[in-house]
Amino acid sequence: MSEKFTPLWEVFIRARNGLAHKHAGSIHAADAEMALQAARDVYTRRGEGQSLWVVRSDQIVASDPSDKDMMFEPTASKIYRHPTFYEIPEEVGNM
Amino acid sequence: MYSQGLIGADGSTVETEEFLEAFQKRVDAEQKIEPNDPMPEGYRRTLVRQISQHAHSEIVGMLPEGNWITRAPTLRRKAALLAKVQDEGGHGLYLYSAAETLGVSREELTDQLLTGAAKYSSIFNYPALTWADIGAIGWLVDGAAIMNQIALCRCSYGPYSRAMIRICKEESFHQRQGYEILLTLCRGTDAQKKMAQEAVNRIWWPALMMFGPHDSASTHSDQSMHWKIKRFSNDNLRDKFVNATVPQAEYLGLTVPDPNLKWNEEKQGYDYSDIDWDEFWRVVKGDGICNRDRIKARQKAHREGAWVREAALAFAEKRAGAADAARTAAE
Amino acid sequence: MVDNNLLFQYLLRLGDDQQILSQRLSEWCGHAPTLEEDLALANIALDLLGQARSLYTYAGEVEGAGRDEDQLAFLRYENEYTNALIVERPNGDFAHTITRQLFYSVYMDLHWNALLSSKDETVRAIAAKAVKEVDYHVRHAAEWVIRLGQGTEESHQRMVEALEEFAIYTGELFEMDDLAQQMFKAGVGVDLTLLRPEWEQQIAAVLGEAGLRMPEVNWMQTGGRSGEHTEHLGHLLCELQYMQRAYPGMTW
Repeated sequence: MSEKFTPLWEVFIRARNGLAHKHAGSIHAADAEMALQAARDVYTRRGEGQSLWVVRSDQIVASDPSDKDMMFEPTASKIYRHPTFYEIPEEVGNM
Repeated sequence: MYSQGLIGADGSTVETEEFLEAFQKRVDAEQKIEPNDPMPEGYRRTLVRQISQHAHSEIVGMLPEGNWITRAPTLRRKAALLAKVQDEGGHGLYLYSAAETLGVSREELTDQLLTGAAKYSSIFNYPALTWADIGAIGWLVDGAAIMNQIALCRCSYGPYSRAMIRICKEESFHQRQGYEILLTLCRGTDAQKKMAQEAVNRIWWPALMMFGPHDSASTHSDQSMHWKIKRFSNDNLRDKFVNATVPQAEYLGLTVPDPNLKWNEEKQGYDYSDIDWDEFWRVVKGDGICNRDRIKARQKAHREGAWVREAALAFAEKRAGAADAARTAAE
Repeated sequence: MVDNNLLFQYLLRLGDDQQILSQRLSEWCGHAPTLEEDLALANIALDLLGQARSLYTYAGEVEGAGRDEDQLAFLRYENEYTNALIVERPNGDFAHTITRQLFYSVYMDLHWNALLSSKDETVRAIAAKAVKEVDYHVRHAAEWVIRLGQGTEESHQRMVEALEEFAIYTGELFEMDDLAQQMFKAGVGVDLTLLRPEWEQQIAAVLGEAGLRMPEVNWMQTGGRSGEHTEHLGHLLCELQYMQRAYPGMTW
């Protein structure tokens, strides 16, 4: 197979103002401008978006799943970060 | 559109008992598996094969219907058909992307399709001969596909499941547009009704074949079910499809080409003839009436597009080079 | 007061341009150089088809003879189609298709923009929707022209040939025949000759960035507006009209 690889890009769409961009999928394109056009043509055909981001997939730095325990377990016991940890008498009302 | 029950996937795997058990536990707990998660090699291989067969089916599936875009009888029908065939291209693209999360490239997958190494759903090796076939394909082929794809939305592999959810949402108009075409024909002239009946006669059996071999003959089915790559058996989905479709045919005033089709009160479902499995395997193995044409059409598009893809890459390199040079000069 | 028959002819002409180019672009479906581009070309074809439908539907209303979009789109003779020659030419390779897209989209973008101040309310509404669509068609074509012009030796050469082929059909786009004159005078249509300098400038800018230039043209081909076509339109219509001709008077 002699075909050169065309870079892969991740596509993020903001469905409407006020919302964050959300990952929608990926496309292939040779450069950023073409990636943006391809993202528009592929992922916004049904009025899905108001704004688009494209990011080269190889530029994304991801955490390693095998580090999952070290990275994300320790937070599980920090229940004092959540409002329900604290007891406020009902009479005080909403807080 | 969906590739039929996976053909020839090898789910065998070499990991330790302990690893496999831990993995199975996650799957059983309905936890989704994501791209970088540890997974058995057999699981990965089965998925790559199934997702890429599915993607190839979407891409090849553009051809029989694409054949009618320029001849669609009204502008409304033309717009719907073009949008539908375009969707299939999009769905192929989503699926290739899902497969790519497993470490294969689009280029490799395309190469497998063009060299004949990869399979795709054999339904697309049947011709679309009249306008009524466009109706019958939408109603029956997309109908069968949706049956399969809804089940796949719950697949254990995250990217595949997400692609399926998006695809199902987009495809919900495909079957309806097909049925509407046939409904219009069946309310039309005798010639139109005849055209509709002939199309259903042509496409009924190939549509039933889309669900793949009998469960008893589907070699790697058990492992796929166990890993929740597949959620329902081939025969189970096929029965569901027949039960849903026969009343729709009756509403159209059309018959399905099966003299043994009969309602079975006891099982609350239809009994129907066995599929001609010789034909099934013949077409899968390359001897359907359109197999060669389909692959040739894909090869031609790929070959004739090569210079375009090269030019885009060459331009990107030049531009990146120029940007680097400008940066160096500025420093 | 605008003469209804003239307005009808004018709307058909505009509709034919969009429909015939849409038909050509839809031939790419399933055969484009990349999957992404397959979807892009289908999007453009669908935009054009939508514009054609609005124009034909309005033309049918103006005519007042009960003809709908399909009767106008499918059931006329070859010499009754008055699209410009450029849109009926075969697609050729991707460079040809993209070159035509650039020439035509820049022209239509200017044209629709000018029609935003048409005295005809429906034409204005159609233009308002079309302008946004064609803005994107221009961008899509221009980005590709730049890449193909600068990409490889082969892609550059193919672009040179494509420019050579389509340049001779661009003059017709700006012709002011009797119908165009009358519609301009009535305040419905546009003085197309006024669009030309801007068109030339925009094309030159894109070609300049692509390392290409507009070829010298000795003679601009013309004829489409009066129903005198190239040999290619007849074949295109054979496909387009096949169902309506083979099964006359049926509902689909």
